[in-house]
Amino acid sequence: MGTKRISFKTNFILTTVFVIGVGFLLLAASHSVGDYWVRIITLMAIYSIMAISYTLVNGVTGIFSLGHAGFIAVGAYTAALLTLPIQQKTMSFFIAPLIWPLNSIQMGFFPATIIAGLVAAFAAFLVGYPSLRVTGDYFAIATLAFAEIIRIVIQNSYSITNGSLGLKGIPPYTNIWWAWGWLLVTIIVIGSLKFSSYGRALRAMSEDTVAAGAMGINVFKHQLMSFVVSGFFAGIGGALYAHWLTTIDPRPTSLGIMLTFFVLIMIVIGGLGSISGAVLGAIFFAFAAQWLRIVESPMNFFGITIPGIPGMSMLIFATVFILIMLFWRRGIMGKDELSWQYIYDHFAKKAGDQD
Amino acid sequence: MIKINNKKDERKDVLRLENLTIKFGGLTAVDSFNGYLKEGELIGLIGPNGAGKTTIFNMITGIYAPTYGTVTFNGIDITGMKPYVITHLGIARTFQNIRLFSDMTVLENVLVAEHSWLQNYKARKILHKHEPEKFPRPHWKPWFWSAVLKTPDYLKMERHMKDYAYELLKAVDLDKFAHLKASALPYGPQRKLEIARALATRPYLLLLDEPAAGMNPQETQELAEFVQDVRKKFSVTILLIEHDMKFVMKICERIYVLDYGKIIAHGVPEEIQNNKRVIEAYLGDESYV
Repeated sequence: MGTKRISFKTNFILTTVFVIGVGFLLLAASHSVGDYWVRIITLMAIYSIMAISYTLVNGVTGIFSLGHAGFIAVGAYTAALLTLPIQQKTMSFFIAPLIWPLNSIQMGFFPATIIAGLVAAFAAFLVGYPSLRVTGDYFAIATLAFAEIIRIVIQNSYSITNGSLGLKGIPPYTNIWWAWGWLLVTIIVIGSLKFSSYGRALRAMSEDTVAAGAMGINVFKHQLMSFVVSGFFAGIGGALYAHWLTTIDPRPTSLGIMLTFFVLIMIVIGGLGSISGAVLGAIFFAFAAQWLRIVESPMNFFGITIPGIPGMSMLIFATVFILIMLFWRRGIMGKDELSWQYIYDHFAKKAGDQD
Repeated sequence: MIKINNKKDERKDVLRLENLTIKFGGLTAVDSFNGYLKEGELIGLIGPNGAGKTTIFNMITGIYAPTYGTVTFNGIDITGMKPYVITHLGIARTFQNIRLFSDMTVLENVLVAEHSWLQNYKARKILHKHEPEKFPRPHWKPWFWSAVLKTPDYLKMERHMKDYAYELLKAVDLDKFAHLKASALPYGPQRKLEIARALATRPYLLLLDEPAAGMNPQETQELAEFVQDVRKKFSVTILLIEHDMKFVMKICERIYVLDYGKIIAHGVPEEIQNNKRVIEAYLGDESYV
């Protein structure tokens, strides 16, 4: 058993070196791999932010929410409406003109992202406050319904969101640095929360809410707090996503229930409740989604020509998801974090086995 | 008939239950239960299965709200308060079927219980209202942000929590398991850990729900010493539910006997042992034997 504990100082130095290393790798990548892959690497970070915020609720706190895409959509729309050039706004909103404060505002990307996070957090508060009165499956259904309500509202408020026409021409501000920078902030904040007294309370609640209540934890307040923090980072993720896509609309397949399930697949692959697992799951998902485009295009398989089947990649994802649920429920990381201690213990155990 | 002490007991009431009644649909699970606990006492609550003992615990700790009646703790009416507020006010409990946070380490289990120190604002407000001169008006602190930003204030608190947790684990002889997962502990130590976790909330009153369940005679013997030790070391008042008569008779000062939701006897162990109704409740009616 690896009993040696890595000190805080060593941990800090190793982590700093690791972060700088990743930074240099990204720098190298942004100059060498080409625009297409730079976009994918950026998407990995955006997915990671969404996955980490989702795993805080579904994994760490142990309440099964299906409303994540709703908060991502709120963040995406808020940020997009704040950064869209005024000229573009008057051009896009031809069914109903945009209402007053929004039609004359145009601000930078950073403040817009922060505001998007705050608005999404407020939306999470409004959704969480009534929904958290119920537990288990009922909570999942309630959040799913709320996410759908958010989507329908977006679809029908022509004078705010341009309805089903969506927003076009969003400035492509999201680059590799914004995305990975926000990812770093997300990891630090949610990691710090998870490994604080509050995080312990959340993990205790995920195991047994009655015992947690008897130990003096205000279960409702803590669940709501985790939900709101998750909503904030979902909003940030949404803002980055909108400026990555440059076009957003309220179809279920873009910012609707499909997105929730994508993020759910990421965190289940990574291991529910693990931040590093969420990042690994998101990177895997972003990579696999591109790679699986092969199966949707026509191909020649041992002399037999197979026509391209749209939606084939989703079929494969669904199958993989079912197989994970059946045989590998732990995911990549389980509930553990990929810390230096974890790596050390892992290698110490391996070395021990060889003796 | 019920005679406890001839001289008047001067100690203050820690807990007073008056006409405590709860009905689930047509069933009256507990029927006008009256009882009290003096400071520093160790009291037993016994009765056959389904008599309503755990239901009384659940009403005291706020998991169920009683249909009628009041629960008064240290002079404060706590009837219908939320479980976490009651814990902050100073009542801690264990469960009949051990409910540890099994995926967390032994140390973390204790630390979770100490989390209430950071956020017992509501309870301190109640205490302030009750005894303004003894409990100063509480100041709300943004502990959540301190915890995320890891301010010196918070780190100091965290260190304090860890020190106290180790101290507590040492006192119950579990410190050598501190970094083990709670589920990896043997049965006896798990029971002990549950008591330690309850103690970490710094209670005045400790409610133990069948602490000796599933233990062999020797373990039960050790537990009896442990419970008495805890009472002395942490100066808590203890109310316990137990089926093991030897255990109850040995350590309890007074005993309440419950059957079908009603008190059938109350007194010191010797009285209870010879009480006809108690023997009937446990062994059945004599005429049928």
